[in-house]
Amino acid sequence: MTDMPKLSAIERTEQRSFLLLFLPALILVALIIFAPLGKLVVQSFQDEGAFSLVHYKRIVTERIYWSIFVDTLEVSLAVTALSALLGYPVAYAAARASRLWTGLILAMVMLPFWTSVLVRTYGWLVILQRRGIVNTTLMDLGIISKPLELSHNYTAVLIGMVHVMVPFIVFPLYAALSKIPPELAQAGNSLGGTRSYVFRRVILPLSAPGLLAGAVLVFVLSLGFYLTPELLGGGKTIMVSSLVERNIEQYSRFGAASSVALSLLVIVLAIFWVVDRVLPVEKIIGVK
Amino acid sequence: MKLFNKIALGTALSLAAPAMAQDVVNYATDGGTILDVKQEYLIGPAEEKLGVDVVVDAMTSRFAPFKAQVLSGKPTWNLIDFSAGYGIRSQNEDLLEKLDYSLIPNAAGVPDAYKDDYTVGSTAYATGLGYSTEAFPDNPPQTWADFWDVEAFPGRRAMRNGPRPALELALLADGVAPEDLYPLDVERAYDKMAEIKPHIDVWWSSGAETTQLLYDQEVDLMQIWDGRAKNAINEGAPAVFVWNNAIVEYAVFAIPKGSSHPEVTMKVINEMLNPEGQAKWASNYATGPLNTNFAEFMDPERLKELPSAPENLAIGIPLNNAWWASEAGEEAERRWLEFMQQ
Repeated sequence: MTDMPKLSAIERTEQRSFLLLFLPALILVALIIFAPLGKLVVQSFQDEGAFSLVHYKRIVTERIYWSIFVDTLEVSLAVTALSALLGYPVAYAAARASRLWTGLILAMVMLPFWTSVLVRTYGWLVILQRRGIVNTTLMDLGIISKPLELSHNYTAVLIGMVHVMVPFIVFPLYAALSKIPPELAQAGNSLGGTRSYVFRRVILPLSAPGLLAGAVLVFVLSLGFYLTPELLGGGKTIMVSSLVERNIEQYSRFGAASSVALSLLVIVLAIFWVVDRVLPVEKIIGVK
Repeated sequence: MKLFNKIALGTALSLAAPAMAQDVVNYATDGGTILDVKQEYLIGPAEEKLGVDVVVDAMTSRFAPFKAQVLSGKPTWNLIDFSAGYGIRSQNEDLLEKLDYSLIPNAAGVPDAYKDDYTVGSTAYATGLGYSTEAFPDNPPQTWADFWDVEAFPGRRAMRNGPRPALELALLADGVAPEDLYPLDVERAYDKMAEIKPHIDVWWSSGAETTQLLYDQEVDLMQIWDGRAKNAINEGAPAVFVWNNAIVEYAVFAIPKGSSHPEVTMKVINEMLNPEGQAKWASNYATGPLNTNFAEFMDPERLKELPSAPENLAIGIPLNNAWWASEAGEEAERRWLEFMQQ
């Protein structure tokens, strides 16, 4: 009984020391994330040293800014849809296969994930360009007589971005699918459901959280893409990130660049907020 | 390693400076092979001759730190080189020391178009027309009008994703004489750009991209920098760089306002413009020294390929940085994004 105050005292010191241990990380996060972000906010509301809304006004009133934001959303949506279509069968196969195959499939998904995006993007150029592997092979086989235009256009941007993004949808999907007991599908089949009926009514709804989680991840990451559209799009697909780069590199307008970056950040946070209403963040991140 | 030692030694010496009589000139410039060669043939000899220590600070984006240093009132850098556009901006913002040309006699060899009261040209580079000799074995495109002529010269095309100097090229293609280019007729230039836009397959943004485009023959004709074209050709690309009506841009030496002993720095600039040293530099690295007297000391075959060879400079057109830094120039620059997005 007399140990109680002693114990809670120990607990308190322990908590304090944990807090102390936690402090460096907290300071680091504050320094490398919140301080620069704060500077961006300040810059975006400044013009020639004075408070000004000119940068935000520009985003709302100038048609090009608008259309670049809309294009970015469109590209990201297309990438999300394609990644889901390609990623679902892969995740499904991984969830249903034997342990060995599951390991193999997931390793194949992971492998490109560890390669630098720059290297992968140039890899796609080598494959897709006029004298690339695809065109020379098809021409050698006599299937086509003129090279297909596969690189430096919208198609190439989609191919390059989907390749980078598929792993981000496969993993949450795999987590969701592997938790669905196989017996559920068997039960559905034994009750007379066709395979597609069982998929639509059982598998798809049960895997929806994983699908949604992956889709949000892909969509949000796509919004900030820079390198892949720049290199594979031949400069014709202009994303918000290019707008930020242009404002700094070409015009040295840090305020304008900051306001564009922050607008994108606000859009992303809004998306997270809406999704969080439908599906709590804990479900996206953690599988308890 | 050698360079690193030199920097380390230089830093050590600069720390010990009060005890030593030797002056230290902190020099901000680009790193890489270009610096290694410059160190050996220009910086080293200058140090020996003048008895100064030149301490190199190698970095790519120098304008922002330079400006911050000058505004602080006590710049650490004594000497900087950057593209001439920055030179104009720095002058407009009063960030530079005036040059005393009596201390820089070697500057006499630099053509007037490439020097002013505050900056003196160090090296030139050119934007020209590159084409694949496989796509155009005979009767190749030779002018910017040819580049615009998609009927006579069919093929995939690439241009730089930026107005500078695309607008100059457009006006040349439209028949404007080189001497009548400036001030640019921006309206006419963008109209001409709109004409070629549907036929441009690649709008490039980095120099590295262009070497690859030419090397892999992803395009048949393109706007490209001489050095990048040369890289591709040296690697075996079947291509040619056309010097005729190339737009010549250049980098300048400048002295940050308020830096210590500017007269010593000017003597260093003079040594950096030494024609023999510049020739050795250009013999070992493809660059275009702007003291045109360097040509006397060059192998004629090699000289032909350099942007500042007298015959190349004669047919090249200097980019007017002052115009681009003006209100109209900035407006023309801003309009580019809209043009691309249409």
